[in-house]
Amino acid sequence: MNWVDTIMQGILLGGLYALFAAGLSLIFGIMRLVNLAHGDLIVLGAYLVLFVTGATGVNPFLAALVVMPVMFVLGWGLQHLVLNRVVGTDILPPLLVTFGLSIVIQNGLLMVYNADTQRVGAGALETASVDLGVVTVGYMPLLTFASAIGVILALNWLFYRTSLGRAFRATSDDPVTAGLMGIRPKAIFAQATGIAMIVVTIAALYLGMRANFDPTIGPARLIYAFEAVIIGGLGSLWGTLAGGVIIGVAQTLGAAVNPEWQILAGHIAFLIVLLVRPRGLFPRAFD
Amino acid sequence: MSLLETRALTARYGDFQALFGVDLTLNQGECVAIIGANGAGKTTLMRSIAGVLRNAAEQILLDGAAIGDRPSDAVMGLGIAMVPEGRKLFPSLSVEENLLIGCYGRKAAGPWSLQTVYDLFPILKDRRQNPGTALSGGQQQMVAIGRALMSNPRVLLCDEISLGLAPVVIRDIYAALPRIRDGGASVIVVEQDIAQALKVSDRVYCMMEGRVTLQGRPADLSRSAIHDAYFGTTA
Repeated sequence: MNWVDTIMQGILLGGLYALFAAGLSLIFGIMRLVNLAHGDLIVLGAYLVLFVTGATGVNPFLAALVVMPVMFVLGWGLQHLVLNRVVGTDILPPLLVTFGLSIVIQNGLLMVYNADTQRVGAGALETASVDLGVVTVGYMPLLTFASAIGVILALNWLFYRTSLGRAFRATSDDPVTAGLMGIRPKAIFAQATGIAMIVVTIAALYLGMRANFDPTIGPARLIYAFEAVIIGGLGSLWGTLAGGVIIGVAQTLGAAVNPEWQILAGHIAFLIVLLVRPRGLFPRAFD
Repeated sequence: MSLLETRALTARYGDFQALFGVDLTLNQGECVAIIGANGAGKTTLMRSIAGVLRNAAEQILLDGAAIGDRPSDAVMGLGIAMVPEGRKLFPSLSVEENLLIGCYGRKAAGPWSLQTVYDLFPILKDRRQNPGTALSGGQQQMVAIGRALMSNPRVLLCDEISLGLAPVVIRDIYAALPRIRDGGASVIVVEQDIAQALKVSDRVYCMMEGRVTLQGRPADLSRSAIHDAYFGTTA
């Protein structure tokens, strides 16, 4: 067994989990809303990418560019029409609503498509690889990881370098005082969810190209996303990437020892981090 | 016509009524002080004017236009900025970012900008990269005032800006008031320190239990009249 290769694959897999988690982290960070439908929205995004590639024959990356604005509007509308009615000091109503939304999306997809597994074809890219000397890695995992870094850089730029990002952070700190600055928290929330759905589309692109998917796999993806966010520490996107990498490496190491242990090893790594650092590896200075 | 006016303003928190028909006027260029004991309704009055608490539209007028039912973000856009009680800086934002967000909802031409706010409170320029909450209480209050000024407000509401600060710091903060007024803002200060309020204001309102019990120019008010209006007893 090649340990270097195994660990490398695990690190790159972490990029995918970080992509799953980034949108979740964004929404939770700004409005303290735990979106239980996040995994299903990723699956929905994957179906939309599949639909566009099927209908037009363009490659999946172009298709994702087309899907992004659609998902932005969907997220914006979802927040405006549904979630803004339930966000507030009580965290239970949004949990229930997004739980219901998760079921609606799954069954909607089952009606429109069916329970068959699908895949977004990426042509030669699926199998292409590059020899790095010690290890050989696939283009697809590398591209996934690079996209995760790109998404985090972009989100950090948005958060810490733009006026909208300041409004995001101020609203997260104190929505009432944000109102005194001329910020309308609910409008900010709608924009944040729209942006989160763009990140979801990127996650969906790689979900669809890397593995088979069907309408019901969303919640399983949500668990990895949650674990990555918690390991990294709420509010830190780089922490989320680190969390994704830890889960990814634990899974590939577990699988290398015994394929039955792949999923279990990831969850055990999560529990160990939770025991040692309950607030995650890179918690915010305040809450 | 006065710049800002409240007419028979009432406000309640659930079953608890905090204001009972408050009439207040603020003229262009004026500085009005509101004094009163804890629980007199001063902060409720400020929060009502700022739109944090919603009222009937015609209970609050700006340039004669009814704005009492507008939410805080809309009221801020009309040029009423508030320095909230307890400063309420955003902990995730640096000092400079706290100032910059002050003009998020209103970009009006006027004397105030990052540069002129730093001129007003030079210490903030040295600390501009620090988190707002890492500053001393007095410096935090300067940030909160600067943040409200950034939108070049027509009306500046200052709620208990001397609360919890040392006398020497309070003096520094109030030393900025003349320049703020020269900049064109009309000011309402809520103040528990009666002497301070009488010193800085053109007119004073004294409140007790949600009602205005006394009003007038500082020179026209006797100590005993203020004492009676403040405590509701006869001295």
